[in-house]
Amino acid sequence: MGTMTEKKEQIATRVAYGKTLAELGKENPNIVVLDADLSGSTQTKFFAKEFPDRFFNMGVAEQNMIGVAAGLASTGKIPFASSFAMFACGRAWEIVRNAVCHNQFNVKICATHAGLTVGEDGGSHQIIEDIAIMRVIPHMTVIVPADATEAKLATRNISEFFGPVYMRLGRSNVPVIFDENKYEFKIGRAPIVKAGIDVSIFACGVMLSRALWAQEILQNEGISAEVINISTIKPLDKETILMSVRKTGCAVTCEEHNIHGGLGDAIAGVLVEHNPVPMKKIGVMDQFGQSGKADELLIHYGLTKEKIAEAATEVIKLKNAKNC
Amino acid sequence: MPLSDEKLRELKEICKDLRKSIIKMTHAAASGHPGGSLSATEILAVLYFAVMKYDPYNPNMPDRDRVVISKGHATPLVYSILAKAGYYKGDDLHTFRQLGSPYQGHTDRLRAPGIETSTGSLGQGTSFAVGAALGCRLDKFNNRIYLLQSDGELQEGSTWEAIMSASHYHLGNLTCILDRNRIQLDGWTEETMSLEPIHKRYEAFGWHVQEIDGHDLNQIYDAILLTQEIGPKEHKPCVIISHTIKGKGISFMENQVKWHGVAPNDHELEIALKEIENS
Repeated sequence: MGTMTEKKEQIATRVAYGKTLAELGKENPNIVVLDADLSGSTQTKFFAKEFPDRFFNMGVAEQNMIGVAAGLASTGKIPFASSFAMFACGRAWEIVRNAVCHNQFNVKICATHAGLTVGEDGGSHQIIEDIAIMRVIPHMTVIVPADATEAKLATRNISEFFGPVYMRLGRSNVPVIFDENKYEFKIGRAPIVKAGIDVSIFACGVMLSRALWAQEILQNEGISAEVINISTIKPLDKETILMSVRKTGCAVTCEEHNIHGGLGDAIAGVLVEHNPVPMKKIGVMDQFGQSGKADELLIHYGLTKEKIAEAATEVIKLKNAKNC
Repeated sequence: MPLSDEKLRELKEICKDLRKSIIKMTHAAASGHPGGSLSATEILAVLYFAVMKYDPYNPNMPDRDRVVISKGHATPLVYSILAKAGYYKGDDLHTFRQLGSPYQGHTDRLRAPGIETSTGSLGQGTSFAVGAALGCRLDKFNNRIYLLQSDGELQEGSTWEAIMSASHYHLGNLTCILDRNRIQLDGWTEETMSLEPIHKRYEAFGWHVQEIDGHDLNQIYDAILLTQEIGPKEHKPCVIISHTIKGKGISFMENQVKWHGVAPNDHELEIALKEIENS
């Protein structure tokens, strides 16, 4: 707490990633970057311009890109491989699984344009399954930065961490939540962004801002919600999650992802095993996206502060009914 | 520059030992892939015992020559040759494919030393080799990446993505040896999904191409040496299409589809070992 910024800026996480990567290139000669014909979109173009010898455009061939990244890692390089999340995770999944994770190679898959907020490109590009398919692979670390500050810090952090990482980044501008000078990012740590006692709201990515807005709605209704940023989906910060629900007794999860297999199911797994409490998942209800503006899509698919507040009220009711 | 008579004799003996080991390992495991191991025996023997620079006591030596086994099912051959090259004693090779064994069904770099990358899923080794070649070039090493490719995996689209990228990046430090044994699990490659004309296809993708008899030690050696010259000079990746016989050296296995992934029984083991000994 006390880590939030007063500013009302909006920056896409991919922009923070691209700029940080170019900075890291100066500091660490082992960092190499691969892209699959999308360097303008993924923002690896900044690195490409500064370090053309360490940038490899692999063309529209994501499977090869990931395999080549594994080969580069075997020579001690730290490859960052970027494309749209649909292709880096979806198209190349088996290569990610076998060439990278089964080998435990130090490859960072930093994929942009994840989720509905891709916007106008529509359903073919709006991956809402990536968290699910990445987190089930052994040895994979899965990170979803909530804003530009966290994306910047996480990019730096994973460059110093040894092992395969998937980092999910977005296309659209999202509110800057954290103050760069105060916020600390650590893999596997879920920071409590707002403390509360009545309900735990677990959110990741763009949904953290929505969760914080929902917290304000609830506050006006006299409900004290705790908002926790699950920026590391794997390994999950079980301790913080369980500590929170032991206090609040109920939970809501919020993600720009299918309700199946993502953050909600990861949290549910922890709760069911250790401390079952009433819980609701806010996410895409197992359907494909479509063209539209990012914000319109989030509203259309029910990923809003109002829905989060509603779900919070419902789980509190369930908790109270159980306790009667 | 041909191999000396002494070296030739030594390599022939090594190939005999490797073949015996391949047969014994698959027999002990009662499963595995003898056919494609026997077809690539001479290729790997020349690489490990006449060409490559490596140190079995320091398997991660940064500027080592690297061999990438893209046909990860050729483990009976790979583990046998790594034992012979001194990476381990190999007195436990009979545990191949058993629970807890370092010798996995398909190569696993984290369980046994000397393996650059775990493979087994076809169509991935070529990409890995491209990455390793790019990495070694960044480090300005004067080494080579040798890739053992199967013919069946040319049916994987990702293999051609990798082939395309190798010439795009002018990887003169990459030599691919294609084990052209013409048989895949379901039958002849040309009947299952035709691959020809491989020579022209590789050429069209910007590679230097040679074709050899993949069981002729001198031809293998000369062809590899030529790639060491041509690659850096023409800034081109090189492929050696090695025409081989699946199941080579054992009469009842040669050119038989069945022996892609079937182990010999006790009787077959006995005949096979005799044939190898008398060859």
